[in-house]
Amino acid sequence: MSQVATHSRPAFSWRMLLLSFRAYIALIVLAVIFAFLSPAFLTTGNLVILTKQVALNAILGIGMTFVILTAGIDLSVGSIVGLSGMIAGGLINQGLVLPLFGIAIFFNVWIVMLIALLVGVLVGAINGLLITRLNVTPFIATLGMLYVARGAALLRSNGATFPNLVGNPELGNTGFPILGTGTFLNLPIPIWIMLVFALLATFVASKTPFGRQVYAVGGNERAAELSGIRVKRVKLLSYIISGFCAAMVGLIISSQLVAAHPATGETFELNAIAVVVLGGTSLMGGRGTMGGTIIGAFVIGILSNGMVLLGISEFWQTVIKGFVIILAVVVDQLQYRLQQRAALQLKE
Amino acid sequence: MANLDPIILRAEGVSKVYPGTLALDKVDFKIYRGKVNVLIGENGAGKSTLMKILSGVEGASSGKLLLEGKEITLRSPRDATRQGIGIIYQELNLFPNLSVSENIFMGREKLSSFGLIKHKAQEEIARGLLERTQQPISPKSLVADLRIGQQQIVEIAKALAQNAQILIMDEPTSALSQHEVESLFSIIQDLTAQGVSIVYISHKLDELLRIGDYFTILRDGRLVAESTAADVSLEWIVEKMVGRSSDSLFQREEHEAKEVLLEVSHLNLPRAGGGMILDDVSFKLRAGEVLGIYGLMGSGRTELLESLMGLQYQATGEIKLADKPLRGNIEARIRSGLALVPEDRQRMGLVQVLSVAKNMTLSSLGRFVRGLALSDTQEKKGVKQMIKELSVKVADPAQLITSLSGGNQQKVVVAKSLLTEPKVLLLDEPTRGIDVAAKGDMFSIMNELSKKGLGVIFVSSELKEIMAMADRVLVLARGRISADLARASLTEQALVAASANDVGRLAA
Repeated sequence: MSQVATHSRPAFSWRMLLLSFRAYIALIVLAVIFAFLSPAFLTTGNLVILTKQVALNAILGIGMTFVILTAGIDLSVGSIVGLSGMIAGGLINQGLVLPLFGIAIFFNVWIVMLIALLVGVLVGAINGLLITRLNVTPFIATLGMLYVARGAALLRSNGATFPNLVGNPELGNTGFPILGTGTFLNLPIPIWIMLVFALLATFVASKTPFGRQVYAVGGNERAAELSGIRVKRVKLLSYIISGFCAAMVGLIISSQLVAAHPATGETFELNAIAVVVLGGTSLMGGRGTMGGTIIGAFVIGILSNGMVLLGISEFWQTVIKGFVIILAVVVDQLQYRLQQRAALQLKE
Repeated sequence: MANLDPIILRAEGVSKVYPGTLALDKVDFKIYRGKVNVLIGENGAGKSTLMKILSGVEGASSGKLLLEGKEITLRSPRDATRQGIGIIYQELNLFPNLSVSENIFMGREKLSSFGLIKHKAQEEIARGLLERTQQPISPKSLVADLRIGQQQIVEIAKALAQNAQILIMDEPTSALSQHEVESLFSIIQDLTAQGVSIVYISHKLDELLRIGDYFTILRDGRLVAESTAADVSLEWIVEKMVGRSSDSLFQREEHEAKEVLLEVSHLNLPRAGGGMILDDVSFKLRAGEVLGIYGLMGSGRTELLESLMGLQYQATGEIKLADKPLRGNIEARIRSGLALVPEDRQRMGLVQVLSVAKNMTLSSLGRFVRGLALSDTQEKKGVKQMIKELSVKVADPAQLITSLSGGNQQKVVVAKSLLTEPKVLLLDEPTRGIDVAAKGDMFSIMNELSKKGLGVIFVSSELKEIMAMADRVLVLARGRISADLARASLTEQALVAASANDVGRLAA
């Protein structure tokens, strides 16, 4: 074919443009529809509540995006949410019990949170090591950890709830509820955490060598390895990030509820996967963005919030959410095919 | 063109328009019955488009196909199969987890009246088909257990099972050893004797000259020449393909070998299940030298490069790069100045979901970090320079790597290695599956690199290329160096003889 063809850019197409921005378009369309149907939707109060709900899925989704970009999956995040809450709750209410010495050590709330986050990191690291060192497939490794972490959360209190996590001024461990219920510059702190996580994750994914390597590992693991990328380390880090994000969500929820319950976070892993997929990230790995995941979390959030405001039955809400997720993936495939065809046309 | 044989299939004035491109421009292509019809052209000349039209994958924009004089329309590959047109792609389409006969009858199983597969009957027919190819392959064996060459024969048997009268073969020898090529050729001869017409597409010109009866050459979507075997020569083909003469294409420039860069001593690599893949391999590579490595498939040539890169954990022996021992994993070795361009571009060289630019910088990301982040400006600068140095044809480095032709993709893989600033570059079959012009470019890149003082090791199974480009050739036979030939003493005969040499092994 002619030189002109190899040197021309892909033809501009409205269809491609609409497809590329479909998540934003869907978001705007949903918002407009709900604003029109329910006067309560566009009030500041509702939007803040909505964003607070979105924050949880978004933070889980951010961690999950790293894992899915490497062509992996993390089913253990829901259990990590529960475990991290139980660790924090136990440390605040009972302290670190050392039976041998007959004492319990109470930590400052910052240290409590740090320990809970480290537990998330630890579970993530176990996931990563199982996958990279013992060659367990990600699905099985994290499915196993789903049970292990949930069991550990239940064991922490024999299945009971740690209530009233306000701490004790005499022990110097008060202030935990601020994380979930406090505000900074009039915005709830969980929203700030989501913003910080989103900015940081976007930066890491798109601007750092690690981020680039995540995409490469998911796109073609063998080629990445031969390019000198430490594939195992990249994967391990991705699962650690996911564990960390999940532990953060566990802290936020138990702080919001001022209580830690061992069953918290059940099926959260499915929500997290849903927002990632909704945001256009491919489960095959290598394709996707953090921005997409955040948008995905908002689409799910607005949909739930709007449907609640409209009084749609909870059962129908579930059905509709399911269809939206499938629709998103169908559209995603359509875009991918169009892109591939455009690439082939350039070549031919 | 005297003595023309009867034509079985004729494409008349076939054009194919893709948005913005005329991929085929009124091409008249004839397939002669019971002959080997060779189709030649650079990548992008329109071969694959023509092949897609003949096999029903895509429809022509205009023009018609005449089978035995009657016009046919092919709406799908199934249509083509029904008309007796079979195709064997370069990438084989077999199920490794199933048996030979299951593969042959995939999608067209012989069923009993209860709807169950009649395995016995299938195996009988498969055995008959395999006998036609005169290969000792059992219909019951698992495809995964067969060598590539045998798998290809299964593909041929599959096409025969569908009564293919016309068999299109796309680069059939690209993964075969010399021995397997020979048996493929004898199968092709048997098939043509049985009246099957072959369309044979390949970049390996010496093979085409051996096997072809009729030659058709495409360039820029147009048919530029056709001829019978009697009137065809290598020079003629190359000239028609690229529009210039072949002499300038492969030429090693004068050079000066300097200090020893890489020293390999007593490299051993055991084979799982006994024996050695590499058996006491020792050699030296000097700066500015292009060292060719020649050997049959399975001689250990790829494993040698992999051992140097730290990809074979079982390898023992000493490797010194610029007088320092080379150890560690591949990442450490890349940092020490070794770089590999792997044999299988798609599987091992490229990340298909990433852009041209991101593929290029994948091995050298550290270079482009400023502060905490990758610097766009630095990255663009590096990429731009490589695109210029290697003359990669790409409109925008941000476009997907899959939008480039094979030759340009290969240049991107080379660029990725060069961005790590290697002292020694290892090239494993760097010209596999790329067109003549891109091959010429690869060789001038090698010339340039050696001029800059790099050591280049280059594995090739193409005699002509290795003869043209190497300053020195190591021949591997069964894991041992069976000959170390300087440029002056290089002959094709010497290379072939040494590659088949078992003497060293017997003596050991």
